[in-house]
Amino acid sequence: MKRLKGLTKELLKLKGFMKELLSNKYGLAGIVLIAPFIIMAVFAPFLTSYGPYETGGLKEILLPPCKSHILGTDDMGRDVWSQLVYGARISLTVGFLASAIGICIGTTVGLVAGFYGGIVDEILMRIVDVLLIMPFLPFVIVLAAVLGPSMWNIIFLLAVLGWPTDARLVRSQVLSIKERPFFEAAVCIGESDLKLMFFEILPCVLPIVFAETVLWVANAIYSEAVLSFLGLGDPTHISWGMMLNFAFSSGVMAKAWWWVYPPGMSIAFVVLGFTFLGSAINEILSPKYKEV
Amino acid sequence: MDGYWKFLAKKTLTTLLTIFAALTVNFFIFRIMPGDPALLLIKSPKLRKENIELVRKQLGLDRPLWQQYLIYLKETLRGNFGISFQHNIPVSKIIAQRLPQTLLLLSVALAISIVVGIAIGAICGWKRGSKLDAALLTASLITYTVPTFWIGMVLLIVFSLWLGWFPVGGMTTVGGANIPKWLDILRHMALPEVVLLFWYTGEFVILTRGNMLDVVKEDYILTAKAKGLRDIKILKDHAVKNALLPVVTIIALEVGWMVSGVIEVEVVFSWPGMGKLIYDSVLQRDYPVLQGCFVIITVMVVLANFFADLIYSYIDPRVRRGVE
Repeated sequence: MKRLKGLTKELLKLKGFMKELLSNKYGLAGIVLIAPFIIMAVFAPFLTSYGPYETGGLKEILLPPCKSHILGTDDMGRDVWSQLVYGARISLTVGFLASAIGICIGTTVGLVAGFYGGIVDEILMRIVDVLLIMPFLPFVIVLAAVLGPSMWNIIFLLAVLGWPTDARLVRSQVLSIKERPFFEAAVCIGESDLKLMFFEILPCVLPIVFAETVLWVANAIYSEAVLSFLGLGDPTHISWGMMLNFAFSSGVMAKAWWWVYPPGMSIAFVVLGFTFLGSAINEILSPKYKEV
Repeated sequence: MDGYWKFLAKKTLTTLLTIFAALTVNFFIFRIMPGDPALLLIKSPKLRKENIELVRKQLGLDRPLWQQYLIYLKETLRGNFGISFQHNIPVSKIIAQRLPQTLLLLSVALAISIVVGIAIGAICGWKRGSKLDAALLTASLITYTVPTFWIGMVLLIVFSLWLGWFPVGGMTTVGGANIPKWLDILRHMALPEVVLLFWYTGEFVILTRGNMLDVVKEDYILTAKAKGLRDIKILKDHAVKNALLPVVTIIALEVGWMVSGVIEVEVVFSWPGMGKLIYDSVLQRDYPVLQGCFVIITVMVVLANFFADLIYSYIDPRVRRGVE
């Protein structure tokens, strides 16, 4: 019974949060920008009658938008709309997975560093410093070139290299939470370190972590697009970045606007949407931004 | 003063650690590649005989791993990055040829975007909440997030391929142009710079605006207002100066991230710099060149950060006195 009460309370909180998000200009804009692409990704097979890798005959090469191909075809006769729809799946998968994994690493590191302090903190924060200064894209390019082109490698790399910002953020939060009375009380009761970290501190930093996660989805989607554009993408998973890579290297992109504009705009909309959403969540959940 | 030395020591340590980390990663990834890449390198049919000996010496392939590592470190520090698979000449020579072009592109874009971005950001922060602020901020967010390489493709299609106003790519006209060389380069630079400015200016606007929001809440701004100073004077002499302090370090930190903009733009416009070199090396799987580029870019970004920290501690006495 007590549990149920807690659940309703959480649901009410969530409802209040959603309400606030929808009344926030950036929040609403973010949702409006992202929603169509999530629908595209989920219902991909129902939205198109062509497979994204289905090549057409000679007569179907570089067709401008028409009845049977609403966004035309590329230089191999593949349907651009169906590539776009299936590409949404890849971009969003990479974005969500990379940021989710990265945030888990970053939050854990931040918790541990802030909680234990001392030498542990020193070492972890030096690693964070190093990773933060390292030029991100050249680093990812070298690693991706060596690991080979696969979607999972890209997810892995973006997650493993993306966590430092979050770790630093969480750590500074932990330091301030450690000063609060409720935390001292928990220490006095004699709770274990793990319990203190994950049951006392973690719930307090979650709001900020949540906003950071959303912002990182944008980052990861953008990075995947750049990597694919540079020819480091997974040839068996055509993402938006790879569509642009094909268009760019085909040499006929000036003749096929329908091949160039849709994927680029999709990346722009999704990245912008997640950036808006992340800023809105930050604004709603963190008191610092509220007064502005 | 004690605090200052501690600050300096910490920054120096981070600088050296990062360079060391980049070198170490470079060494080990080369050896975890499937199919023993070191041997692959030796067997590469494109490699000439005298170069094979050089490579052998550089990698020290007959020794244990830790010795190979030390040799690698020593050779790299002496500027020997190995031989390009593709071009059969030392990587350091290729990079020395390409680096100035990238620096030209980057420095022009940075100089313009810092000035323009800080000015717009200061206005946004000062007029926070106004329609002007909302419009400028949204515009900056959009130019900042739209994929740089795609904007480049669109501008290339519209202004070079359709309208023919600008060259299709490269840095100079092949076979010479009938205008002075610097003008020719400027014509080739125009579109890439515009694309870079989209990103960089947007970023500086967002950064400066954020700092301004903190500054305008300070007591000294209230004091200045109470003294009856004009808005423009408060903005210029009191607010912007203080808002700029953190921007210095952030610029340096962001350079590592902004480098990717240059890489994207160089690829789209075939600008003969490091970015294009990286792109071509990825296509050709020319690992020595790729790794050399990575080390050089890392060293430059890290040094930029180090100097930014020095400048920051110079202009902000609180850091010098060790007050965090």
